[in-house]
Amino acid sequence: MRRLLAFLPVVLALVLGGVFYWGLNPNRNPNEIPSVLISKPAPEFALSPVDGTGVPGLATQDLETAGEIVIVNVFASWCVPCRAEHAVLTRIKREQNVPLFGINYKDKPEDAARWLEDLGNPYTRIGSDLDGRAGIEWGISGVPETFIVSSDGTVLHRTVGPVVGDDAVTKFNRALQAARDLESAS
Amino acid sequence: MKRLIVAILLVFLALPSWAVEPDEMLSDPVLEARARALSKEVRCVVCQNQDIDSSNAGVARDLRILVRERLVAGDTDQEVLDYLVARYGDFVLFKPPLKPSTYLLWFGPGIVFLLAVFAGGRALHRARNTANAATLTAQDEADLDAYLASKEGDQ
Repeated sequence: MRRLLAFLPVVLALVLGGVFYWGLNPNRNPNEIPSVLISKPAPEFALSPVDGTGVPGLATQDLETAGEIVIVNVFASWCVPCRAEHAVLTRIKREQNVPLFGINYKDKPEDAARWLEDLGNPYTRIGSDLDGRAGIEWGISGVPETFIVSSDGTVLHRTVGPVVGDDAVTKFNRALQAARDLESAS
Repeated sequence: MKRLIVAILLVFLALPSWAVEPDEMLSDPVLEARARALSKEVRCVVCQNQDIDSSNAGVARDLRILVRERLVAGDTDQEVLDYLVARYGDFVLFKPPLKPSTYLLWFGPGIVFLLAVFAGGRALHRARNTANAATLTAQDEADLDAYLASKEGDQ
């Protein structure tokens, strides 16, 4: 018993050291909020189209019947990082051939339409979330946020903030690949 | 002195500025009071160390309005919180719920305290025992007396 107790300080040092090592990891973002949606069905929502864009609106059913993995991007014309992210998402959609759906968060339809006219419209469907209620259903804390949804409408991945920069793009592509692997396995 | 008084007055001037805007408030004072109390328990997901009652963020305002809508619809306080947790997770609650994954959080400090009491008690007990061991046994006394007597004989 006494011999075992002699190891107690070592054990304590290891445990505390482990906690500190975890806490000091520069890659850990303490502001990151774990999403409750991962591995759950996409939330119930139904959004009408954005006038002037010419693409249909977006509802839960569209995600369930898409028949393939889709990317759902929450964006707004007033959101500056969204402008940078737009080019990245356009490229991912083109190169990887994944449908891209949009939720236009708290945006005036005419502003959104003009923004998409300027930059090009990579979205197959866009839902207009004027009062931000669909955003709350998705549990977002701001724009942009990007989700990967499986063919049966299950949320597989969430990126908070813009998918911009090598790190974020690599992470997102990895998540997309993981989603594909999961899809082909089932 | 004058400056100090002005400074103090300015501090009080800032107090009544709440984030809750008049158009959000409910006409029913009982429901409004419940909404205010609930809002103080809900974390703003943008400015993470503020409750939604005191936050000016857009999402916080949306959540305040949502809380009031649910209350008007007849939800209990717990149902409102459950509704928010279903969308944002336990993270939106300032007070973490008691469940297996939070047992360590809730009971950890108590367990550490009990361990400290146990270890402290043992240490004290041992210290007292060593103090007792410092007093001489009858045999020691006899030996000592004999030694001292022999020393006296030398002189």
